[in-house]
Amino acid sequence: MIQELYFDVTVIGAGPAGLAAALASDHEGAKTLLIEREARLGGILKQCIHDGFGLVRFGEKLSGPEYAERFIEQLPDSHVEVWTLSFVSEIKREKNESLLTVITREGMKRIRTRSLILATGCRERTSRQIGVHGRHCAGVLTAGTAQYYTNILGKLPTKRCVILGSGDIGLIMARRLTLEGAKVVGVYEAKPTPSGLMRNVSQCLWDFDIPLQVSKTVTRVIGDARLTAVEIASVDACMCPIKGTEEIIPCDALILSVGLIPENELAESIGVPIDFKTKGAVVDERNETLLRGVFACGNALHVNDLVDYVSESGEVAGKAAASPTNRSRGLVPVECDQSLLYVVPQRLCRNSEEMERVFFFRSARDMDNATLTVAKGEQVLFTKKFAHLRPPEMERIPITLSKKELDGNLPLRFHLEE
Amino acid sequence: MTEQKNQTSAREIVCIVCPNGCRIQCKETDGQIVCNGQKCMRGKEYAIAELTHPMRSLTTSVRTVFPDSPVVSVRTSGEIEKSKLIDVTKALGQIIVDQRIKIGDIIAENICDTGINVICTSDRLVHPY
Ligand SMILES: Cc1cc2nc3c(=O)[nH]c(=O)nc-3n(C[C@H](O)[C@H](O)[C@H](O)COP(=O)(O)OP(=O)(O)OC[C@H]3O[C@@H](n4cnc5c(N)ncnc54)[C@H](O)[C@@H]3O)c2cc1C
Ligand code: SF4
Repeated sequence: MIQELYFDVTVIGAGPAGLAAALASDHEGAKTLLIEREARLGGILKQCIHDGFGLVRFGEKLSGPEYAERFIEQLPDSHVEVWTLSFVSEIKREKNESLLTVITREGMKRIRTRSLILATGCRERTSRQIGVHGRHCAGVLTAGTAQYYTNILGKLPTKRCVILGSGDIGLIMARRLTLEGAKVVGVYEAKPTPSGLMRNVSQCLWDFDIPLQVSKTVTRVIGDARLTAVEIASVDACMCPIKGTEEIIPCDALILSVGLIPENELAESIGVPIDFKTKGAVVDERNETLLRGVFACGNALHVNDLVDYVSESGEVAGKAAASPTNRSRGLVPVECDQSLLYVVPQRLCRNSEEMERVFFFRSARDMDNATLTVAKGEQVLFTKKFAHLRPPEMERIPITLSKKELDGNLPLRFHLEE
Repeated sequence: MTEQKNQTSAREIVCIVCPNGCRIQCKETDGQIVCNGQKCMRGKEYAIAELTHPMRSLTTSVRTVFPDSPVVSVRTSGEIEKSKLIDVTKALGQIIVDQRIKIGDIIAENICDTGINVICTSDRLVHPY
């Protein structure tokens, strides 16, 4: 019979979100366990050796490993128990507690925990999910995999490549591969505007004269065992390839930077309701999901572009998980119309003592001089002007809302207008 | 870029100093630079530097002798001339780290005569995990 261990708070995933969550929970005095499947802590930051991390939090341009180290170095002074090379294979719910099965080097372990924090990060979309045709051959890889090969294994995965999609990881890899001596023929984006941050377009592509080709996509991969070329075509406004615009580009790798999706296998296995807009859990302002005692943070909750906000979301979850209340939350729905891609949190606790709530949102399209309105029925509770809004750039906005303003059953509605 | 009489040229620069990524419209007339669109002073400084002597920091990796971490990440301790990015990367390609260095340790001094050191940015060679 396997012995069952008890922890007040168990955090799954030791990226920046999980590290911040575990430290915050420990700080509140809760008995905390941090579980990571890899050998090292830091999550995706281990391979993000470029700088630009921590500008908001530390006012410094740190590389990913340096940023992670600021949190990892606090662990020895804390009471957080850390398990690496440990994989959570199953979660069961019993009343409001969670029962975890964990595969570790010493064998299988069982954990009973009052609060569970999901900080499992996100996954990259692959060619199958975006419908590129052609046989499966070596040389088609995601930008994150290319980054792992280059920055962790020290192996250049290509000599001449095409990058499909203009997400930030793809832009950063375009520069990285160029510096390492590979030829990046171009970055191809099906949408009319880049999906990464403008600063990355500028410092990763323009600096090295790497062409950014918008409204173009890869329609076919060519090659037997290994990729030898790709077929590129222009697309129309509906993203359909235009006949007659095809061209063949010889290359040995196609690198995909076509988006990230929150990793939610564990959350879904216990029935945590998911928001179809963020593809992450539905949470309140304390990052508690609709299942009591289950929290989500970081990229598992919604894909962030700034690690500083990832750490913040971990801290919010860690603090709340350490001091749970059985009181009814009195959840008020938060909704947005089609002018926004999404808003997080999707619920507010009416019964909270804290009046300031922090929201994160993305606009649905590029907007200049836009006004954000938060309303309940006809009553406008908050407005704010933004000079520029772009979907790749997430906005963080604190809003003070009183108990009275949250009264009644009407949802809060977010709306943007130019 | 448009050249007009009395030497006016215009260029849009994306500020990379902070995540806002302001687009700054720069106009240069007879050596005088006028900037529009930046949200703060750092943006103006960046734009002027960009037009006169563009600087960048470099992040890359160098090889090691350790099988558990065949490469370790490094960066320049300050900014170097943009035109030297490739040269410095090539010079770093010659270095092989044979000691278990930690964050902040200098692995190359005054690299390519830039006056800037190259420092280690990861503790993966010293960490138990
Ligand atoms: C390639 C890339 C480049 C980026 N560049 C920048 C940048 O320049 N500036 C910036 O500010 N931000 C950047 N970001 C954003 C920021 O770094 C990420 O948003 C942040 O690292 C996400 O943190 P996380 O903790 O949510 O997830 P992750 O860092 O992905 O961590 C999740 C962890 O959970 C573990 N895990 C998952 N499932 C299990 C399981 N079942 N059992 C045990 N462990 C599990 C994983 O192994 C991993 O360690 C970048 C992100 C990426 C992906
Ligand atoms: S101008 Fe100022 S606010 Fe705008 S991106 Fe540059 S540093 Fe940031």
